[in-house]
Amino acid sequence: MPQVHFTANIQRHVSCPPGEVAGATVREALEAVFVGNPRARGYVLDDQGALRKHMVVFVDGQQIRDRVGLSDAVSPSARIHVMQALSGG
Amino acid sequence: MSELLVATRKGLFTLVRRDARWTIDRADFIGSPVSLVSSDPRDGTRLAALDHGHFGCKLHRSRDGRTWDEIAAPTYPEKPADFVEPEGAQPVPWNLKLIWALQPGGADQPGRVWCGTIPGGLFRSDDGGDSWELVEALWNHPSRAKWFGGGADQPGVHSICVDPRDSRRVLLGVSCGGAWLTTDDGASWEQRAHGMRAAYLPEERALDPENQDPHCIVQCAARPDHCWAQHHNGIFRSTDDARSWHELSENARPSAFGFPVAVHPGDADLAWFVPAVKDEMRIPAEAKVVVSRTRDGGKTFDVLGDGLPQSHAYDLVYRHALDVDPSGDVLAFGSTTGSLWVSEDQGDHWTHVSAHLPPVYAVRFTRA
Repeated sequence: MPQVHFTANIQRHVSCPPGEVAGATVREALEAVFVGNPRARGYVLDDQGALRKHMVVFVDGQQIRDRVGLSDAVSPSARIHVMQALSGG
Repeated sequence: MSELLVATRKGLFTLVRRDARWTIDRADFIGSPVSLVSSDPRDGTRLAALDHGHFGCKLHRSRDGRTWDEIAAPTYPEKPADFVEPEGAQPVPWNLKLIWALQPGGADQPGRVWCGTIPGGLFRSDDGGDSWELVEALWNHPSRAKWFGGGADQPGVHSICVDPRDSRRVLLGVSCGGAWLTTDDGASWEQRAHGMRAAYLPEERALDPENQDPHCIVQCAARPDHCWAQHHNGIFRSTDDARSWHELSENARPSAFGFPVAVHPGDADLAWFVPAVKDEMRIPAEAKVVVSRTRDGGKTFDVLGDGLPQSHAYDLVYRHALDVDPSGDVLAFGSTTGSLWVSEDQGDHWTHVSAHLPPVYAVRFTRA
């Protein structure tokens, strides 16, 4: 199953330990994380469910393309990294 | 005696008066921007709005003034796929950008809290902030199409006055969108900025209430028909429940521009302002920090500088960074350069409490 890792910076506000979740897209994988950690959702996604403006998600080292729909595919062995962008803040 | 809550770019500071001095007693959320803080006169509950930037805006609540828990932040509903923007509207994202006003409801509405935000949504909670609901009657009002950002990129609700005579009557200040009144607990809204003047617009639009930029609106607790507005253009007053506003800018000294206003809780004629040079300058006139005070409803203004820096001072005071305590005698304000001053004689003399705080966003005396 895909592995999801969160930036260390988010841990100060809400604990987001790394984990393995089911999902064939970034959306499915993140939503699977948020089922068990609902408070984390608002730290990563905006009110409309898009990736926050100054957050960035990598799948196997590549930035995702669909920041709104989070439809980028993830393989069962994928490593998903949820990071802060260096813009904004 | 009230405590003093100071929300800053790098944390929330709680000050107490001890041995005749105001001193910092607690520091919370160190390192995080705290955009606003409120104190609930009904039960002492405090709310702190955090603006984490990358991670969005969050709300924290303290029942005891010591420990804080994160609670729900207002969240805009999903924008309908078939939503049609009103004609002429500049679309705004349905995303919380900033918590800009937090106001407990009346004593007869336990749990009620109003929350004003950028990009212009007003939210209501009836469980002390555990959950929030967008006030759709205002969000869907056709006039919202005429609102625009002032300072910020999008419009926002920054002032919320709950009428002490009737909690269902709530007056809002919107930058830029005028003043809005509900008399039915938010079910319907009407524009109440008639008489305000916007010199930043073409002449034919200058009196359009929908385009007004009141920076801050306050209401006298003892005479709620009496309101004051520090507007982008100057100082305005209403004595008829915000049906009409009268400009007093020509009387103001040393300037009519500024952000905050505070009114004495028992004397509607007594109000305080922190003047600045307008528009793109936004520094104190002649680089002297002063508070202006009127005791006669705006006919004349005293310029108060005793204890305040009178040369090469470039402190700006934001709209929520001036407050008067429930007694009406003690005032405090904080500045963008991290200074905090307190007066215990209605502004005649000021004490410099700190010169080394982070930039100050909001100053509030506790109310319970």
